[in-house]
Amino acid sequence: MFDLKKHMKANSIDHAIALLLENPDARLIAGGTDVLIKLRNGKPGFSELVDIHSLEELNFIQQDEKNNILIGSGVVFTDIIQSDIIKKHIPMLCDAVQSIGGPQIRNIATIGGNNCNGVTSADSASTLFALNAVLEIRGKGTTRQVPVSDFYLGPGKVDLKKGEILTTFKITPENYQGYFGYFYKYAMRNAMDIATIGCAVSLKTKKHIIEDYRIAYGVAGPVPMRCPKTEKSVINRKVSKSLLDEISQTIETDVSPRTSWRATKDFRMNIIKELSKRATKEALLRAGEEV
Amino acid sequence: MTTFREITFSINGRPRTLYIDMRKSLLEVLRQDLGLTGAKQGCGVGECGACSVLVDEVLVDSCIYLAIWADNKNIRTIEGEAKNGKLSRVQQAYVDEGAVQCGFCTPGFIMATTSFTQKCTGEKITEDEIRKSHAGNLCRCTGYQNILKAVEKSIHPDKE
Amino acid sequence: MAIGKSVNRIDAIAKVTGRAEYTEDLYKPGMLVARYFRSSIAHGRVKNIDVEKAKVLEGVEAVFTFKDVPENKFATAGHPFSIDPDHQDVADRLLLTRDIRFMGDEIAIVVAQDEIIASKALQLIEISYDEYTPLILPEDILKKDARQIHKGSSNIVGEHQYSTRDLQVISGDVDDALEKADYVVEGNFETVMVQHCHLENHIAYAYMDDLDRIVIVSSTQIPHIVRRIVSEALNMPLSRVRVIKPFIGGGFGNKQDVVLEPMVAFLTLKLDGRAVQINLSREECMTGTRNRHPFHINVKTGVMKDGTMVARKMDAISITGGYASHGHAIAAAGGSKQSSLYPRMATKFHARTLYANIPVAGAMRAYGSPQVIYALECATEDAARKINMDSVEFRLKNIARQDDINLLSGKKILSCGLADCLLKGKAFMDWDKKKKEYEKCKSGPIRKGLGVACLSYTSGTYPVCVEIAGARISLNQDGTVHVMVGATEIGQGSDTIVAQMAAETLGLAYEHVRVVQTQDTDVSPFDTGAYASRQAYVVSNAVFRAAADLKKKILDHAGLMTGKKARDLNIINGKIVDTHTNAFLMDMKTLAIDSFYHKERGCQLTADVSHKTTTNAPVFGCTFVDITVDIPLCKIKINKIINVHDSGIILNPVQAGGQVHGGVFMGIGAALSEELMINPATGYIYNNNLLDYKFPTFMDLPQIHHDFVETFEPTSGYGNKSLGEPPVISPPPAIRNALLDATGVSINSLPISPHKLFTAFKKNGLMVSKGDADV
Repeated sequence: MFDLKKHMKANSIDHAIALLLENPDARLIAGGTDVLIKLRNGKPGFSELVDIHSLEELNFIQQDEKNNILIGSGVVFTDIIQSDIIKKHIPMLCDAVQSIGGPQIRNIATIGGNNCNGVTSADSASTLFALNAVLEIRGKGTTRQVPVSDFYLGPGKVDLKKGEILTTFKITPENYQGYFGYFYKYAMRNAMDIATIGCAVSLKTKKHIIEDYRIAYGVAGPVPMRCPKTEKSVINRKVSKSLLDEISQTIETDVSPRTSWRATKDFRMNIIKELSKRATKEALLRAGEEV
Repeated sequence: MTTFREITFSINGRPRTLYIDMRKSLLEVLRQDLGLTGAKQGCGVGECGACSVLVDEVLVDSCIYLAIWADNKNIRTIEGEAKNGKLSRVQQAYVDEGAVQCGFCTPGFIMATTSFTQKCTGEKITEDEIRKSHAGNLCRCTGYQNILKAVEKSIHPDKE
Repeated sequence: MAIGKSVNRIDAIAKVTGRAEYTEDLYKPGMLVARYFRSSIAHGRVKNIDVEKAKVLEGVEAVFTFKDVPENKFATAGHPFSIDPDHQDVADRLLLTRDIRFMGDEIAIVVAQDEIIASKALQLIEISYDEYTPLILPEDILKKDARQIHKGSSNIVGEHQYSTRDLQVISGDVDDALEKADYVVEGNFETVMVQHCHLENHIAYAYMDDLDRIVIVSSTQIPHIVRRIVSEALNMPLSRVRVIKPFIGGGFGNKQDVVLEPMVAFLTLKLDGRAVQINLSREECMTGTRNRHPFHINVKTGVMKDGTMVARKMDAISITGGYASHGHAIAAAGGSKQSSLYPRMATKFHARTLYANIPVAGAMRAYGSPQVIYALECATEDAARKINMDSVEFRLKNIARQDDINLLSGKKILSCGLADCLLKGKAFMDWDKKKKEYEKCKSGPIRKGLGVACLSYTSGTYPVCVEIAGARISLNQDGTVHVMVGATEIGQGSDTIVAQMAAETLGLAYEHVRVVQTQDTDVSPFDTGAYASRQAYVVSNAVFRAAADLKKKILDHAGLMTGKKARDLNIINGKIVDTHTNAFLMDMKTLAIDSFYHKERGCQLTADVSHKTTTNAPVFGCTFVDITVDIPLCKIKINKIINVHDSGIILNPVQAGGQVHGGVFMGIGAALSEELMINPATGYIYNNNLLDYKFPTFMDLPQIHHDFVETFEPTSGYGNKSLGEPPVISPPPAIRNALLDATGVSINSLPISPHKLFTAFKKNGLMVSKGDADV
């Protein structure tokens, strides 16, 4: 049994916002794969819940008239994997969410929850960073848009104020059209595991020149991150094998992995460097380049 | 404030209305309130899959699924799979291929296979796809080898 | 005929329908929940404990601390009682303790109406400790002035050695032999704590069904031993304790220990017979029950240029953690395997088992052999490489053969198919061709290699312990039989092969034999339980005798009914036939009805046998593995793996295959990823859950292949030998040897995790940062 004191089912986003404001100690629960575990483990602060589990208003994947791809925060990973829109336009997001947990978890865990935890190992996050995703956040009578890179404030901390709900992930056409991407998760197991390092690369080439290059990591620092120095050094360069080596050298200056009982800093750095090459190479192959 | 709530759902095809403690997981309601003890608790945190059931045909870990979420849903558990004294195709495949040892993970695995085969019976399925679709279920006895065979047999019932 | 056939498991249908009932499924309404208050430090002593606030919490029924339990130390190991006081297990445990010996030690226990109340009560307990530095590493534990974790123990639980010189079985002292050897190869090997991770956690409940009788329902491998140990721990007559074992969700040795049962019995006694359950969480189960002993082993091998190993000297330290549990028996059992695997060389094995402030080690699948054989099969590989001999050829030259004398037992090895196992495995792998092909794969970021390792194991524990098994078979009115055995089904399939054995000897169809699954010490025949891969071997001798006895009674009765001589009759396919004319005389049901209900003749036809086995057949096997090593990513991928076993006659090929698959899987886990990770300063375990303890998922394994070399073992009822545990033993050294083959790097500690590969590759200059973009 969960030590649940108060359970409030929200019928709409506005209702959820109202309930959050009325119950300052309450938290949102969506898929429950993180919240219920914390509740079970007796972690304080989870005993009052505003329930947005399978709230239809948050469950959509669509392309609007401006070709923005909009993903509701309540969408479960399985639906992302099976979405024709995502498969067609941003297959790397499928790669990323495929790597999460196992089928049962992917069937119930939401992309909103994955990011609202604010953890650096969130498997969908590095891809969203590489896609310059913008998060739409609703409050009482307010709506604001926050780039995903600003959403993560620190370990376990995200830019959500009292009474606010993350509703939508928006990926604009200039961030996916013409881009090819790849996500590489390195973990101790091939399923049911936390990333030791997650690496997402998204790039655009023209006549073997890399027109745009984005590389983002999970677990390479306290929050998911992009690597601006490396990106800058790659843009407008010709595709080559030696460029991959160069990327793996420059990347060191962008990241700040740390030692934990799960892995040492040195080990993580080695994987960061290696994945930069492998993920870039795979993305280039998808872009039709030869490496 | 009472922690009890009324929910109505279908369990293995039969409607039920229950007055349940909202603090319970679906697994606890199945086991304690309905006496359906086929789904097992192996970890309580969604790591082992022994508690897997189908909610509206979606495979979930019932240990991290609030029972109140089952309101108005169709729940399928291992107890409803054998009908009229006959095992389901998946159950029969597990028996025939020696995919059962201690049996504790078996009900969860069979629900995972049932969910998987519903989507792909008769299709060409790779070994990797089978492994991936069952990666949320842990087994400590079989090395998954005979389970792999049982899943293959469930997809292609005619192949011997 | 049922032996040798892949009949379906007798309990398969109960299990696939979810109808098989495990301990937690036998929920009693109103049952109380008990939860331990565990230490948050690894080494110390409780200064003060205050449970008053917990006691008055609404819904709390009782709180007990170390002050409330009997001062009666008991041993928890699931061994048969030993009449020889020198061979008894170390009694070092109380129900609750004031002295803290590992993080998670049991200080107090709360009994409440539900688990939430119990958890809240635990948080209300106030405690203060005197803290001591945790003793975790052997060098610290063995320091002269180190604190004694158990008073008077000097931190050593046991120590022993054996040598071929003392045993006088073959001439030669090991040191002389090492001196005369052309080469001496030496290595230090280490294994770590790994955990069983049976899917069903430890669970037990108890209640009283009379004023002075306790009933315990428990997920245990050893119901009769539980009964004895509970009676010892609580100072109660044994007959007043009844232990019931329902279906078990795996044990792998962890339930060959008495863990929860004395406590639930104590609690129901204290609470006027009310039902009390302890249902450990996964987290508690992983640190608060048992795990595999970590070993540190030094091996010296003497080898001649022609490939003959002439000497092996081993020195082992085994760490048992905070309590003895199975204690030194693990090191003793593990060390004995050298003498059955390589019986023709001068040998010396010395071992000590130490206490430490880490979780308690106990029995785990193959009982010390995975640690020792890992070391000695790595050492064997190193010896083969020293003289540039092929790994398989080298082993073929040195391994045990039929009619060799096992050095330690002095007994002749009556059946040994190990050489054929090696040849079968070699052929399956296409060894010679692949070896050649992989010569080109020894440089660059991706490398490939082949590895092999052998194993030997025993069938039971004789002559160290008594080997006793019971079987009772009775004929039902419908012509079928019910069999009761003391052998404990825990998932390994023993009930199925018992039914096959009974069917075989009685001449009945397998489907006409029912084995009573639930065991109940009030009624089940005496047997010490499931461990040591003993059951099929030891129970075969009891089942064979009981079935033969019942068959005789059936034929005698048929003789009474027909006027024919019993010796002219037989049972064929469940029918009584005249052996001279092959004439069908009657079916079994007709005979059974007559035996039950005829007013003058007959009776219920039953046979009841308890039998002691006084032999112990060694078994053999090997692993072959083909791997790819991704050096920059520090990962090993298994391309192909096979275990080939000589386990005598294979009783049920499909089920036997399942045992091999499961063992290989556990071996792969131990080789590559499994480890209970400990903070060496505090004794804290980081990863006591199934997310962070990396046992392989469906996606982490290759296809697991297996094969058998069937020999006939004359000392068992059906030619069979042990199989349950052995498959886990040889994969880790085979994988280590394949890594050595692929990269030239020896990693002599388990697991060969990415982190360890990273360190080793860096040290050996394999991690080049440029120029490997080709991967």
